[in-house]
Amino acid sequence: MTKKTLENIRNFSIVAHIDHGKSTLADRLIQMTGGLADREMQQQVLDSMEIERERGITIKAQTVRLNYKAEDGKDYILNLIDTPGHVDFAYEVSRSLSACEGSLLVVDASQGVEAQTLANVYQAMDNDHEIVPVLNKIDLPAAEPERIKEQIEEVIGLDASDALEISAKSGLGMESVLEAIVKRLPAPEGDPGAPLKALLVDSWYDTYLGVMVLVRVIDGVMKKGQKVLMVGTDASYVIDRMGVITPKLIDVDQLGPGEIGYFTASIKQVADTRVGDTITEDKNRCTEVLAGFKPAQPVVFCGLFPIDAADFDDLRSAMGKLRLNDASFSYEMESSAALGFGFRCGFLGLLHLEIIQERLYREFNLDLIATAPSVVYNIQLTNDEIIQLHNPADMPDVMKIVEIHEPWIKASIMTPDEYLGSILKLCQDRRGVQTDLSYVGTRAMVQYDLPLNEVVFDFYDRLKSISKGYASFDYTIGDHRVGDLVKLSILVNDEPVDALSILVHRNAAEARGRSMCEKLKDLIPRHMFKIPIQAAIGGKVIARETISAMRKDVTAKCYGGDASRKRKLLDKQKKGKKKMRQFGKVDIPQEAFIKALKMDS
Amino acid sequence: MALGEPGFGVYVHWPFCMAKCPYCDFNSHVRHIAPDQERIARAFVTEIETTAARTGKRTVNSIFFGGGTPSLMEPATVETILNAISKNWSVCENAEITMEANPTSVEAERFSAYRSAGVNRISLGVQALNDEDLRFLGRMHSVEQALKAVDLARNTFPRLSFDLIYARPNQTPEAWGKELERAIGFAADHLSLYQLTIEPDTPFFKLFHAGKFPMPDEDTSVALYKTTHAICDAHGMPAYEISNHAREGAECRHNLIYWRYGEYAGIGPGAHGRLVSGNVRFATEMEKMPETWLDHVEKYGHGWILDDPLTLEQQGDEYLLMGLRLKEGIDLERFESLSQRTLDPGRLTDLVGHGMIEVVDGKRVRATREGFFVLDAVVADLAS
Repeated sequence: MTKKTLENIRNFSIVAHIDHGKSTLADRLIQMTGGLADREMQQQVLDSMEIERERGITIKAQTVRLNYKAEDGKDYILNLIDTPGHVDFAYEVSRSLSACEGSLLVVDASQGVEAQTLANVYQAMDNDHEIVPVLNKIDLPAAEPERIKEQIEEVIGLDASDALEISAKSGLGMESVLEAIVKRLPAPEGDPGAPLKALLVDSWYDTYLGVMVLVRVIDGVMKKGQKVLMVGTDASYVIDRMGVITPKLIDVDQLGPGEIGYFTASIKQVADTRVGDTITEDKNRCTEVLAGFKPAQPVVFCGLFPIDAADFDDLRSAMGKLRLNDASFSYEMESSAALGFGFRCGFLGLLHLEIIQERLYREFNLDLIATAPSVVYNIQLTNDEIIQLHNPADMPDVMKIVEIHEPWIKASIMTPDEYLGSILKLCQDRRGVQTDLSYVGTRAMVQYDLPLNEVVFDFYDRLKSISKGYASFDYTIGDHRVGDLVKLSILVNDEPVDALSILVHRNAAEARGRSMCEKLKDLIPRHMFKIPIQAAIGGKVIARETISAMRKDVTAKCYGGDASRKRKLLDKQKKGKKKMRQFGKVDIPQEAFIKALKMDS
Repeated sequence: MALGEPGFGVYVHWPFCMAKCPYCDFNSHVRHIAPDQERIARAFVTEIETTAARTGKRTVNSIFFGGGTPSLMEPATVETILNAISKNWSVCENAEITMEANPTSVEAERFSAYRSAGVNRISLGVQALNDEDLRFLGRMHSVEQALKAVDLARNTFPRLSFDLIYARPNQTPEAWGKELERAIGFAADHLSLYQLTIEPDTPFFKLFHAGKFPMPDEDTSVALYKTTHAICDAHGMPAYEISNHAREGAECRHNLIYWRYGEYAGIGPGAHGRLVSGNVRFATEMEKMPETWLDHVEKYGHGWILDDPLTLEQQGDEYLLMGLRLKEGIDLERFESLSQRTLDPGRLTDLVGHGMIEVVDGKRVRATREGFFVLDAVVADLAS
């Protein structure tokens, strides 16, 4: 084999914490290299989903090819693969990184290194990336480039002496970024004469073009009309269209080693492609396949039910469509005594859950009830069987249970030290076990082992609120450990509401039950009759509240023959009722299922 | 009349007042230059002709002059309108012809002329038998003037009703009970007793939300409502509707047409109508602003700004809304014919179980006394 260095290509990604300016930097690079005319620029070009732009986050990895004439007078092709910053999407990061040779590490010049930056930069190092540190927002008064450089060296162990100092927003120092990509990042290597070997980086469903596959060619040449084999799934396809993304789609006839581009090949669904798979030519196969990636495992589960039972089929089809584009999201049909038919869905994390729910609402116009998020418990039964419990409502009879094993995570939290006390308390309250605590300047980094079930609900929100947004958090999934857990049931008007059942540590059960009853008392509107709300473990009631009956609700005067006005009011009431779910005789508002579980203190 | 259709009424809206009461959110307007009544009367006639051309010759069971303050109308204006109604439709012999009036001395002077024009029932806005509260309510009459007007009205018109507003700030059930007993003593055969409500876009709304006066809490409001029922029951004037009480046979026939979901033409600025053509019921509404309305009528022959067919669901909902306000409740067969659906038996059973409604002989559904207190919730339950 004759490996050639492909001097005119650089493949890189950007590693950064949310808000540190990654998307702005990407926009700026696209603009400077003329990928889009000014009039085509909208902010954060690469975040194409509405939710991504609104929240300032990247969910799906995106790629863009930039053409750059460098100071040395030569033309370069720069392929940028944008990566998501959030912990839920860590698997997207790893596959993006493996398609590149180098990374820009973007750090906010006043905020410094955050927990997520760390996790992602370590991944980049694992992928043998050359890393160029970039200090962004250098023009802000609070910028402290020297201190942050020290921090990068101390915390990450990366030489930051020649870190770039830029402001992506104002354009300051942007030329130096492009030059650094060319001069400091390595060019890819590959053998154009070898049999085709390409990495399947990502795939997604496009309404017009069908399934699109993003590839990084390692060796050989991928051509239009070529019959390719996907090794992992052992399926072959004829490439009917291929091109590069600038971010406009530009058709090309072939892609050589080191290049990144997309193709379409009449593939039916995204699930037919396996991210990380090796693609080769069917009749001239490569001898070695790429290592591939671990598929992402869902760690958080919750039930999603249509508010209006008639929407079930729409929900099913919407889930199918989302799954087309997001293989990490899983769902199976579930039926609940209280909520009727719906789906038990698996997510990579809480943000992923929120985003899927929001997309179902926005893109498919579905009003849903989400049940309390839950984790996967391994339950050892007296008959030596071990079952996986995804839904607290399905918990077997306690007499049949020997032990319950719950998943734990390894969490790192970075915070200014003034918030450390409250953060330690939060972690202790959530049954955390501290494993490490260190300081870099005035920032503390603390490591905790935490039961995932304590984190899965509102931990992140609490962390953000007690640290005024300054603490950052990241985790990896750890082991399963035995937990003294009990099932807490909620009864509304003497009927158990299975969707409100949770598994909780025995010592916390009573306080939790009391808080849920108090919350529900405020969340459920008054009815024509009084409603008892109880929390129970097994048959034992541990907390109780009562919603008093509505005493008066009648329009005194009905104006002449103006039935329309009253009818409009009635329509409003009916709409409100539609947003509620009937349990026995009680209407429970949809938001109650999540709000009842929030812990305030 | 079609099966179960409860008659045909004509509502005439006079949109002007001397002053706007601070609680009122009706379509009423204050004009410093007296409106040209002859011109407005001609517009009323035009609108009656246009509406009659659409409905065809109908037998009118009742006519109601509402407002605003219809007792500011010249008797000649009333006469012109009544003549036009008789000419374009046919008014049945014992038709009820009601006029709302304020009990000021000025207006009382016109009572006999209204009677001569054909008005046979008067509804006086007495509102309170307490001068301080009358001032608070922004009324322009005193208790003494009101009682004189009541006296005169009783001697002028065959039928008399008056309105009182209760659940006023700081009003106790005891004080209200005494006031109501006194009112019943004035021998009206019909009383409209409304709890004060704070409506958006009224002066009271701003004042109340600025904390300038308190409103009774829920318990007090319930107690006041119970007092009202107990006293009226004891005096042979039970509630035949949420807020209306009458001796047997003295119910307001015009309002019964609304509540029984009959057919009515609305004439004049902001008036609402429900007109049936073929199998379809139309909701109609006139332009609210008097000057614009006048302009439209003169140009186009009518002031309609809304003329929409109602869906089956809307018809069903309106029948529930209006019909359940009546003690007699609704007729299930009629509900089914209007809405082409049946009421959810599960909901009915639940509501009966909670003591909110009764099903009578499997044919009618009516709210119980308990149900009256929370009728909006009961209707929402049945309509959902």
